[in-house]
Amino acid sequence: MSTCENIDSGSINQVRYGCALGAFHSVVAIPGAMPIAHCGPGCVDKQYMSLDFYNGFQGGGRSGGAVIPSTNLQEEDVIFGGAKRLQELIEATLKIIKADLFVVLNGCIGELVGDDVGAVVEEFQKQGVPIVNAETGGFKGNNFIGHEIVVKAIIDQFVDKYAAKNVKRQKGLINVWSELPFQNTFWRGDFNELKRILEGAGFQVNILFGNGSGGIEEWKRIPEAQFNLVVSPWLGLSIAQHLQDKYGQPYLHLPVLPIGAGQTAEFLHKVVAFAGIDSKQADEFITTEEREYYYYLEHFTDFYAEYWWGLPSSYAVIGDSTYNLALNKFLVTQLGLLPVKQIITDNPPQIYRDKIRSEYKNLDSDVSAEVSFLEDGYRINDLLQHLNYGHKPPIIFGTTWERDTTKKLGGSIVEVGFPASYEVVLNKKYIGYRGALSLLEKIFTTIISKSA
Amino acid sequence: MKKIDLNIPEVAVREIRLGSITEFHGNAETLVKNSCRGKMCDKGRSFSQCLDCSISKATCMVALIQDAAVICHGPVGCASCLHEFAFTYRVNAPLRNVANPTQRRIFSTNISEKDTVYGGTEKLAAAIRQVHNRTQANVIFVLSTCATGIIGDDIESVVNDAEAELSIPIVAIFCEGFRSTVWTSGFDAGYHGIARKLIKPAQEHKKDMINVINFWGSDIFSEWLAVLGAKPNYITPYSTVEILSHSSEAIATIQACQTLGSYLGAALEQEFGVTEIKTPPPYGIAQTDRWFRELGKLLGKEKEVEQLIAEKKAVYLPKIEQLRTKLRGKTAYVTAGAAHGHALLSVLRELGLRVIGAAIFHHDPIYDSNTEVSDGLAQSIRDYGDVPNYDVCDKQEFELVNMLNHLHPDVLLARHGGMTLWGAKFGIPSLLIGDEHFSMGYEGIVKYGERLIEVMENDEFVKNLAQHSINPYTKWWLKQSPYKFLKGGEGCQR
Repeated sequence: MSTCENIDSGSINQVRYGCALGAFHSVVAIPGAMPIAHCGPGCVDKQYMSLDFYNGFQGGGRSGGAVIPSTNLQEEDVIFGGAKRLQELIEATLKIIKADLFVVLNGCIGELVGDDVGAVVEEFQKQGVPIVNAETGGFKGNNFIGHEIVVKAIIDQFVDKYAAKNVKRQKGLINVWSELPFQNTFWRGDFNELKRILEGAGFQVNILFGNGSGGIEEWKRIPEAQFNLVVSPWLGLSIAQHLQDKYGQPYLHLPVLPIGAGQTAEFLHKVVAFAGIDSKQADEFITTEEREYYYYLEHFTDFYAEYWWGLPSSYAVIGDSTYNLALNKFLVTQLGLLPVKQIITDNPPQIYRDKIRSEYKNLDSDVSAEVSFLEDGYRINDLLQHLNYGHKPPIIFGTTWERDTTKKLGGSIVEVGFPASYEVVLNKKYIGYRGALSLLEKIFTTIISKSA
Repeated sequence: MKKIDLNIPEVAVREIRLGSITEFHGNAETLVKNSCRGKMCDKGRSFSQCLDCSISKATCMVALIQDAAVICHGPVGCASCLHEFAFTYRVNAPLRNVANPTQRRIFSTNISEKDTVYGGTEKLAAAIRQVHNRTQANVIFVLSTCATGIIGDDIESVVNDAEAELSIPIVAIFCEGFRSTVWTSGFDAGYHGIARKLIKPAQEHKKDMINVINFWGSDIFSEWLAVLGAKPNYITPYSTVEILSHSSEAIATIQACQTLGSYLGAALEQEFGVTEIKTPPPYGIAQTDRWFRELGKLLGKEKEVEQLIAEKKAVYLPKIEQLRTKLRGKTAYVTAGAAHGHALLSVLRELGLRVIGAAIFHHDPIYDSNTEVSDGLAQSIRDYGDVPNYDVCDKQEFELVNMLNHLHPDVLLARHGGMTLWGAKFGIPSLLIGDEHFSMGYEGIVKYGERLIEVMENDEFVKNLAQHSINPYTKWWLKQSPYKFLKGGEGCQR
């Protein structure tokens, strides 16, 4: 199985992602699943505080935050090994905690001292415990890489074993792979909107993460899906490839997560065409949604056309590749704003970078954007301060780290990624039809609030 | 072994230095008695949930120094949460009159799998130079992590070489998470580095300068100390390298929380001749009296202190009495770090509440000052009586949930994240106050009492939530004794 790798990027300032172990959030995002961490004492807390708390204050819910069982490895475990400690922890966890699926994540310590976590977990698997093992040492890469490791582990060690055998593929049933849960501050709302629009167009959807997911019963139906839909520039591609190898399941890769009526209609048409289902329901859904969408846009037009103090015309996006591309597409094709510089911060594996760059070459028929892959906040903010934004200060779509620079530029900032410490997020969404309206509200409320 | 030895790079962790523990169940009085007899030791829990670790604690004492930069030498994840301190620095800056709180300078060497094989010291050396060029910080702190500790990177050598090259203090702080079950060992690690490399020996001690070791609490000491002709010198958050270097010139050091400042207070006294006020911080009426008097005695301002106490009591005691009529008999449960938890036990009982249990993150049988006088828990018991269901429990949520399920207190008090939300889930009004100075002094009792009443009256959100929240714990577990998974059993005696 191929595992993606980040590029070794040297030391960084203003960290914009977690480590591979931080992907326990992908387990937390599956209703009914519970992570078990085999790592140092602070590892889980650190990833929780960063990806979850000071990032939209999303909250751990049923299986996040302080609930998570952890071996909290100590010096003696480093010297003598911590496998026994893990075995004891799993045994106790099964008594204390209710869950449909347990995912053991191995951290730096366990991997460095060579604890055979796989063997410990296998003993429980043999007894019929729904439990899997993922090797997510923090030095292996960031939480995007960790996510792919965790998902593949669940597929191989759980789905494969518990899925109904010899079930026929179901036409119109899709597995969706898109944003990284919790890392993307707005994933909960976005996943619900993604599911809503796909169902509206006539599909059945295994959304797999978030409140709209049916939990492990849904995961068990992964092999039944007609195909996998990857909606991101790269995250999830290796999962889809893995499923293709494993089940001969095809996949459709659409790099642009749709924001707004134009993109969403285009997106739905592509999925319908790939699936080969009747497009009647999708067409009707799009018509109904557009009626609603444009009803609001029509009223918004008074502001847009007549706000006589002027609005920014240029922008930069600093964020993970999925949101970065999605926002660019919307801002250029729907709002007609001018892209100045787009900075991708999730350290995509080298093999995907040219493809990602090429997406920005044709944002619209006559618009392309310059892309940089950077994770070091110092260089990012240095770069942002030396760009030509034209005659008006720009709007920056970034993170809490870009606030000082935005102030210096006299611009406005919309926090769209980790860390978004000045956002409190419940089910806010920025994608699809409804998310686009929230995004417009957010952008222009931010801009006009500058004088408040 | 000498507890404080600034000649060696690393300070021993609390379990070894102070005999600290993270497991106990019983009455507070039993804990205090067993502690003085040196009878405590941890046997472990067969179930455990994620803890905090030393790195964050060390970071919060060094990253908030105004002109410092911090490099976390390890995988990116060890540094990914440190932006919480950038956030805190900004939110609390107005409380400490910092007009332009600058971005905190926090870096990660972001070591990769390759580095775990070949070592990360070259990457660290390069990072130090880069951070120096970029930030012009007056000090660079380098934090060790589990991964770089295990692969054996010689951080001390890298740091010493860099210091010779760059001519600014570069301080290695050894705070690998796996070294200690007591995450407050990280405070000591941070302070050890500061005491070794930043604090300079004093030529003289200034009678009007008093060190206050604290977190980010509001500036209440300026007003109090002014009456005694002195000014607070807050260390280490919001201070500067220059201020820290002169902290040895103070006449005394006071603590906002001995769990925090134990090591630095003792280091300032033993190595730099700054007297530490040993009596616990001023929480509750009796302890506030004692605290002011000890300070007055040290400064030769006994008369002024008596006058201050009398004036304040005239204003605040009637108000405290009024609050007691509303709060008397209400039941409370406390979850907090050790010394501040003890402080809350006093404040609550001063206000007439009945504390029916506590989950305190660890227990230090003695502080670095090496005197029983500093034992805030013993003092609280002497002033207000014993506390039942006193657990030493390092953020083990399963024990707390089980306990709350049995006890159902009227209110839950906390001073740390991760636990307070369980009050809300059980429909128990909960209060978390991050400003450690909030309930200090006579006026603090009033402020805290008023907040408590607000919280207990405004319980609509939690009462509603309790009917809809999901509990991940099994029914079986909620019926067990909360201490079922303590391997040593209750009391954990040797």
